[in-house]
Amino acid sequence: MTDMDQPSTPGADLPDHPDFLWRNPDPKPSYDVIIVGGGGHGLATAYYLAKNHGITNVAVLEKGWLAGGNMARNTTIIRSNYLWDESSGIYEHSLKLWEGLAEDLDYPILFSQRGVLNLAHTLQDVRDSVRRVNANNLNGIDAEWIDAQGVKELCPIVNISPDVRYPVLGATYQPRAGIAKHDYVAWGYARRASDMGVDLIQDCEVQGIDIVNGRVVGVQTSRGPIRAGKVALCGAGHSSVLADMAGIRVPLQSHPLQALVSEILQPVHPTVVMSNAVHVYVSQAHKGELVMGAGIDSYNGYGQRGSFHIIEDQMSAAVELFPIFARAHVLRTWAGIVDVTPDASPIVGLTEVEDLYLNCGWGTGGFKATPGVGSCFAHTVAHGRPHPYNEPFTLDRFTTGALVDEHGAAAVAH
Amino acid sequence: MTNSFRTSTGGRVNRELPLSFQFDGTPYSGYAGDTLASALLANGKHDIASSIKFGRPRGVFAAGPEDPSGVIQIEEPFPEPMLMASTVELYDGLVASGLPGQGWLADRPDPARYDAVHHHCDLLVVGAGPAGLSAALTGARAGARVVLVDSLSEAGGSLLGSTEVIDGRPALEWVESVTAELDEHPDVLHLQRATAFGCYDDGFALALENRTDHLGGAADPDDTRQRVWRIRAQYLVIATGAHERPVVFNDNDRPGIMLAASARTFLHRFGVLAGGRAVLFTTNDSAYAAAFDLSDAGVTIVAVADSRAQVSERLQDGCVRRGIALHTGHVVSGTDGDRRVESVDIAALTGDNEVGQAERVAADLLLVSGGWNPAVHLFSQARGRLRYDDGIGAFVPAEDLEQGRAVGAAAGHFGLADALRDGASAAAAALGPTATAAVTEHQVDDLVEAPSAVLWSVPGSGETGMAFVDLQRDATTQDVLRAVGAGLRSVEHVKRYTTIGTGLDQGKTSGVVTSGIIADALGVGVAELGVTTYRPPYTPVAFAALAGRNRGQLLDPVRLTPTHVWALTRGAEFENVGQWKRAWYFPREGESMDGAVARECRAAREGVAFMDGSTLGKIDVQGPGAGELLDRIYTNMMSTLKVGRARYGVMCGADGMVVDDGTVIRLADEHFLLTTTTGNAASVLETMEEWLQTEWPELRVHLTSVTEHWATFPVVGPKSREVIAALVPDLDVSNDAFGFMTWRDAEIAGVPVRIVRISFSGELAYEVNVSAWHAMAVWRAIAEAGRPHGITPYGTETMHVLRAEKGFPIIGQDTDATMTPQDLGMSWVVSKKKEDFVGKRSFTRLENQREDRKQLVGLLPQDPSVLLPEGGQVIETADLPEAPVRMLGHVTSSYHSATSGCTFALAVVRGGRDRLGETLYVPMNGTPVPVTVSDTVLYDKEGARRDG
Repeated sequence: MTDMDQPSTPGADLPDHPDFLWRNPDPKPSYDVIIVGGGGHGLATAYYLAKNHGITNVAVLEKGWLAGGNMARNTTIIRSNYLWDESSGIYEHSLKLWEGLAEDLDYPILFSQRGVLNLAHTLQDVRDSVRRVNANNLNGIDAEWIDAQGVKELCPIVNISPDVRYPVLGATYQPRAGIAKHDYVAWGYARRASDMGVDLIQDCEVQGIDIVNGRVVGVQTSRGPIRAGKVALCGAGHSSVLADMAGIRVPLQSHPLQALVSEILQPVHPTVVMSNAVHVYVSQAHKGELVMGAGIDSYNGYGQRGSFHIIEDQMSAAVELFPIFARAHVLRTWAGIVDVTPDASPIVGLTEVEDLYLNCGWGTGGFKATPGVGSCFAHTVAHGRPHPYNEPFTLDRFTTGALVDEHGAAAVAH
Repeated sequence: MTNSFRTSTGGRVNRELPLSFQFDGTPYSGYAGDTLASALLANGKHDIASSIKFGRPRGVFAAGPEDPSGVIQIEEPFPEPMLMASTVELYDGLVASGLPGQGWLADRPDPARYDAVHHHCDLLVVGAGPAGLSAALTGARAGARVVLVDSLSEAGGSLLGSTEVIDGRPALEWVESVTAELDEHPDVLHLQRATAFGCYDDGFALALENRTDHLGGAADPDDTRQRVWRIRAQYLVIATGAHERPVVFNDNDRPGIMLAASARTFLHRFGVLAGGRAVLFTTNDSAYAAAFDLSDAGVTIVAVADSRAQVSERLQDGCVRRGIALHTGHVVSGTDGDRRVESVDIAALTGDNEVGQAERVAADLLLVSGGWNPAVHLFSQARGRLRYDDGIGAFVPAEDLEQGRAVGAAAGHFGLADALRDGASAAAAALGPTATAAVTEHQVDDLVEAPSAVLWSVPGSGETGMAFVDLQRDATTQDVLRAVGAGLRSVEHVKRYTTIGTGLDQGKTSGVVTSGIIADALGVGVAELGVTTYRPPYTPVAFAALAGRNRGQLLDPVRLTPTHVWALTRGAEFENVGQWKRAWYFPREGESMDGAVARECRAAREGVAFMDGSTLGKIDVQGPGAGELLDRIYTNMMSTLKVGRARYGVMCGADGMVVDDGTVIRLADEHFLLTTTTGNAASVLETMEEWLQTEWPELRVHLTSVTEHWATFPVVGPKSREVIAALVPDLDVSNDAFGFMTWRDAEIAGVPVRIVRISFSGELAYEVNVSAWHAMAVWRAIAEAGRPHGITPYGTETMHVLRAEKGFPIIGQDTDATMTPQDLGMSWVVSKKKEDFVGKRSFTRLENQREDRKQLVGLLPQDPSVLLPEGGQVIETADLPEAPVRMLGHVTSSYHSATSGCTFALAVVRGGRDRLGETLYVPMNGTPVPVTVSDTVLYDKEGARRDG
């Protein structure tokens, strides 16, 4: 079996948060770097700017509450088993950081490497899965192809009967993958960043980006203008709107993505299971709730709510794959907004505006990248040039055609 | 113990119908009409669960779904985790147990049936209390299509737990008359045991109806256990009432501590006394009714502690008349007891917001009321704005919804007269004059209530003991204060820090209190802080209920070809391709898959074979703009195709990557029929429609999916000509008369067919297309005509081998979304003449000009017995270097070639076409296997076999 910290009473054993998290300063008139968006990526970027590059005269501006967007709404799955070299580079870099993050942040982020199974249900799923496993292995990423019986051994509650609509033919398995506690991660970053001098400013909406002679000089906010040497955009779910303030058009479609939790249940689900064909992904959180998600709502919008039929489909898939879930209950559903690029890979790097940096387009997969992109984006901002891991993820690849197409080939829901 | 806390008369339970049940291993009895909570309380059982963190005993805190405390597990008849005892209707044979905040799932599949119903109405009324009934009746009388849903077993809402009088009669008589009248209206759907749990845009609401549990063993096992009602309403009346709010104080979690109105509900609805000696702690007038009614029913009310300095004479008189000691300006500062509350500490509020010396009184029941929170959950889910009302210390609707309104207590209008009037006028406002005329005025003695005090937490709570804000999460005032001290300013952050509101009840009693405590700590207004977001579902809903019938084989529609049964009876194995079941191969007795495929391949190469290709997507394209549309969609020219001819075509996305391929035949000047791959049929049609409707609306073209209308049977092999000739004697099947890539109309077995000379195998082939209705007759005729030649049915696996031997790619297998037609070696399919087509501009992009793009090639294992793994990666070295290893591409298809007696593969390889003859390697189980890069065509390179 995989490592699974199963508290004797789930829900009782969640570690306490520290007595002090962060200061609540008023904005200063000017900063060396302003990070727009106080989600996971913004906070991680601030942290690595301070820690790795000694840049601490930094403000993170958040229009709502810290880490209240997609960071608070995702299903916390962490893995690096992506198909293409470019993706596996940055996601594996991220996974390695996850492996030392609790210590680094001195925060119990509950990173549990319980393994992720990506199920295959058709012969083409199998081909794509084997292809990805082989690519992962050659890229030094742990991955294996296992058959249906192997799936059953790792996760006994999966229905591997051949008599279902789309039988499980096998799965890819990444043992080092897993889940973490999202709020703990965000707060771990926020606390250390605040501690090192970064100003975390909430209820501060950026309403304009000031550009003089092609160079960014500051931002207009709901709490007044703030000058900046550099501005880094980390506004997942609203990236097009932010970029537009600087006159930059980004090829993003914003969609709602829903998730849900059950009540607290005795441990039944030792790993993480994802399925694209029978569309659902599920883990059991440390507290004991089943946490699950599925596909995006197909329409565009910024309203953080989805359509109910998506939840119904997800439940059909869940009960099909896990018959014993039948009488578990949905306690709460919610939605975030995901910014999706045409090739399902992110945009991280420089822009046509000097000293303005862009990090967006992570679609449904941004959480797992938090440490990785935080460190790479901080590097990019600090040095004014991309880190090798985010170098492929330029905005101009949509002009040159150097796409990193992860949805066509990977056969994996993010 | 047998119902020793049951009153001798009264209540809505059926005393003629006793029910047996077990709780925590002990047998008990109750009555039909009980909930598990009321039955346990009737038996004097208060200590029913334990808390998640501290293991403290917990009891029933409320009579409805807002209860944060009485969490139970159903064990029999079928395990169901985490339900509130107050929401479980009692039935005979129920076996349940108390939970420590965590439930368990059955280890076997749920045998029950679940389903869903769509319903449309003019007026959806949620809640059958006074406001809801009044709205529904007004709507019904106006002739509207009305749906009334209510979560309880019978209508009445708060009236079930009260002694109200309407028009001089007991209110429940009014309820009875209203429901009877609603029953008379054919356009009214009245559902009890149906909880509206979700509210979405455009008047869309969801309700979960419990249909069989309460029947126990009498339920028909085939009946639907739970039903999801998907209701689309023109107008929504939210009459969901209000939840009583507790006040936080030390040791406020012991069994026997209960919301005041809940105790009153247990008395009036169930005939249950929640204790023998009670204290009431209140901040408002409404709770006195509970104390007075319980007193009148024989409970000793030891004391009333009212946090207000003054109370009305009416209430004072009521206390005096019953001998109840009334302590104004007093609060409850703590409790004591072992498994249940045994004593209550009452103390005066002092001027400096502290409490004085407490007086301890013995009591086994403590009634608490801190006022009322309107149940704004559905209103808020529908994106209704809330505002904080200082007077009642609660959030109330600040506006009407676009298509609805909250009424009565749900709108913060707590009086009975308000509720009746509100409900009727909402219906009237929605439905117009006819409804307005139907509004009835009622005589109700509404007492004018004195203003309530707003008190979130008794001063000093948590300083010396534990004062719980969220009983289910074991979260205390100290936890909230710690969160604020940590720098948290948002209610959402405090929720996450403390986990308040994340339990089964989703904070129905703790949410607003938490905001209040934070606001006090920060010295800001509650209005400024707000409250955490209300999200669906209002109450927990079982996964299976939402899955409904869409499980098992109904998870996704199964599509079957016309020959499915025929293939089944011949022992075919099937594969899922999209929603289709396709015959994969036809093993004979004892034959392996490899054996069957080799035999099927030989038949196609040497004799004749046939398959069912009906799953190919088919789109009928008609109109004056048809040719032009196809020119813009396909990379090659289609408008020049002559009637009677067929052409292969490739479609790309805007990024220039191949998304689909197929054939186009021209049926008439303005009429084409195209085929798509099986899996992409829907997406191709969708893409074409999107271009047509959003970008090229000027083109006059109609697209119609005809996939199911036409069956398609390729007849393949050197003997296929003889078979077709036998089937259609008057058709000249010679190559000159009926050449490659042409089609002819003909007749087989008396059925009109269209025969197309196309080949996906490289062999001479005729594709017979026939209306799906008559397909089997034609299929049988082909089988019969082919019998002398040993015609052999084949499946998708053989089809794959045959086409791979010819180097024909399968879109989606040999391509992913990164391959251009040029990468596939199909530059010939990309028109140089056309001004534009989808994907054209991308071919000129830098990345598309690179020499080292991945290209489709063949790979021949140097050991011809080695079958390469599909998905294997292609590398340059014979030894496996340290990761990361440079990958040149991957194996897309790999087979044994029966014809050539070797294995072979197709692969995409970086700069592949410049590497022909090179040795590359494919790691298999960690060992690189040498392969020779070859042309994609393994068999009949000169294409001699196409014409037979």
